[in-house]
Amino acid sequence: MFEGYTLAELGSIFAMQGFAGLILFSVFVLMALGLAIIFGQMGVINMAHGEFMILGAYITYFTSNFFLNYLPALFSVYFFVAMILAFVGAGALGMLVEWGMIRHLYRRPLDTLLATWGLSLMLQQFYRSVFGAREVGVELPQWLIGSLPVTDVIEVPINGLFVMALTLLITVAVAVLMYRSRWGKQVRAVMQNRVMAGAVGIDTEKVDRYTFGIGCGIAGVAGSAFTMVGSTGPTSGQLYIVDTFLVVVFGGAQSLLGTIASAFVISQAQSTMEFFLSGSMAKVLTLLAVVGILMLRPQGLFVLKVRR
Amino acid sequence: MRSGNIFLKRNEVVFVVILSALLLVVFPMALDSFRLNLVGKYLTYAFVALGLVLCWGNAGILSLGQGIFFGLGGYGMAMFLKLEASSPEHTAIQSTPGIPDFMDWNQITELPAFWLPFHSLTLTIVAILVVPAVFAWIIGVAMFKRRVGGVYFAIITQAIAAILTILIVGQQGYTGGINGITDLRTLKGWDIRTDFAKEVLYFVNVALLLGCLLLAQFVRRSKYGRILVAIRDKEDRVRFSGYDVSNFKIFIFCFASVLAAIGGAMFTLQVGFMSPSFVGIVPSIEMVIYCAVGGRLSLFGAVYGTLFVNYAKTIFSESFPELWLFAMGALFIGVVMAFPNGLAGLWQAYAQPWFDRIGQRGAPRPISPAPISPTAAPAERRT
Repeated sequence: MFEGYTLAELGSIFAMQGFAGLILFSVFVLMALGLAIIFGQMGVINMAHGEFMILGAYITYFTSNFFLNYLPALFSVYFFVAMILAFVGAGALGMLVEWGMIRHLYRRPLDTLLATWGLSLMLQQFYRSVFGAREVGVELPQWLIGSLPVTDVIEVPINGLFVMALTLLITVAVAVLMYRSRWGKQVRAVMQNRVMAGAVGIDTEKVDRYTFGIGCGIAGVAGSAFTMVGSTGPTSGQLYIVDTFLVVVFGGAQSLLGTIASAFVISQAQSTMEFFLSGSMAKVLTLLAVVGILMLRPQGLFVLKVRR
Repeated sequence: MRSGNIFLKRNEVVFVVILSALLLVVFPMALDSFRLNLVGKYLTYAFVALGLVLCWGNAGILSLGQGIFFGLGGYGMAMFLKLEASSPEHTAIQSTPGIPDFMDWNQITELPAFWLPFHSLTLTIVAILVVPAVFAWIIGVAMFKRRVGGVYFAIITQAIAAILTILIVGQQGYTGGINGITDLRTLKGWDIRTDFAKEVLYFVNVALLLGCLLLAQFVRRSKYGRILVAIRDKEDRVRFSGYDVSNFKIFIFCFASVLAAIGGAMFTLQVGFMSPSFVGIVPSIEMVIYCAVGGRLSLFGAVYGTLFVNYAKTIFSESFPELWLFAMGALFIGVVMAFPNGLAGLWQAYAQPWFDRIGQRGAPRPISPAPISPTAAPAERRT
């Protein structure tokens, strides 16, 4: 499949596809982070995760319209406001869902899967009825448009760079939150041994609710970042949900590092192959490889050693 | 208990009779040809739901990839019918006569090798039964031998369903792509598109369904079925008692997959086409909800649940299309949260005691206490 390309061309192709892969990687990581917290830490399968992400994307879209119409002077910074709103909006909905639904189902993980799938169907239809079936895209501020030339054949788009920087920032924030803060310690304690954590005075119900809320909030931020690189429709979230679950499972469900590594491997493999094969075959081969590896190594790439 | 009804208790014989009467007499009499064909289409999903009762309700294995097997069965049948419909006489205007039209559109000049066995009806039927079983066996061996279960199994089967859909859509020249395999006409020269043919196929379908139901009931009632329930409730104890747990799981998964494939083949025959939209993630999860609504522990419930959900879907899509996803979502949430045992659970809780009382009043001698069927399991005890 490499015939007809010179070495320099191949280098540029790999660089460009690698960069496209990095954008895909950023979206995967942002979605998978929230999912890794919810699935890895709580053991809850949230099939509506993609819809939480789309909620963030819609919130960003409306914020951008609001700024465009009422505060044009501040339009260049609307994105940061939108991101916070997306986090709060998706997080609040997440906590509501946890309170109304998930907390009754902690002992039945397979049933959570079905219930959240139902939720995702309802949210999709809600988006379709309220926001319309058409895909919407946001207006990017001036400073995010354009691309930086690296060499004379390689160019990197600025919005892609921005999304990557954002991903890095959020990943670091989540890592600090999980491994350096008091709250993170409580979350990990509850997940390792719920009864014991309760016995030492941790309010486990509250921890559950905030964990779920923060996981969904991060999905909202992911949606916010997603608007920078793609357009949003009512069913966009569903396109990513299976990939994201594979990312989380492939990485080893409880390991944040594993999630990031597997997101990197999957996105790079997919986008590099996409150039040489058709898009669908690239995806089939990537997913097949992941499923194959998971069959050989069901615990995922990185395993957290916990005595149960 | 007499040997004749070892796997059917008295009230279950009544259920079988009622269900047969409903499907074989009431529906054909009451419905016009179009609606009857629609019911026949719904009933093909009931095959999948039966498999899910065994797999999920009895053994605790939730497969979100039953669409894979439904699709394999359906495509198998569709390939046979398509080859018959694309005989050289019928396809004389193509640049390569004798191959299916979509292949001709995609500049394929020779029939691919994996299509060749589908010239023969016998081989096709063998393929419909064997290919899904082998596929399920591979998945099952890879997963269950390594003690992967629960949510991981669900996610991986879902991913496989996604892969298969992308593959079918992507390989348009070999599979018909997103449109699927359409324009199927005859089965061994017998036109399947006439009203009469559709009625005959409906009865064949119902007969097969009842046969599969009895077979599934037999599996459940056997010692094997009891071990499955034991595996669901306390897998480790069964393993420590010396059973090879994975083999039991692999068998039931393969069995469920063959049931799904039979459903898929009947679907193709009755509906007249097959497409990837019956293979992927969304239909696979919908099939789980048929089973959940009917009651994941009841085979009869699965059939009624399938009919109920599909009937509701048709009504909603005809009158209020925008409300259907809301109703469907609410159904998922409601069934899981409020009625984990579905319609069968409601029947057990409310209707069954009432009938038992009537029976007791009418009977001259006191009968033994109502048999406790597995559907009466009071609560989920899976952790």
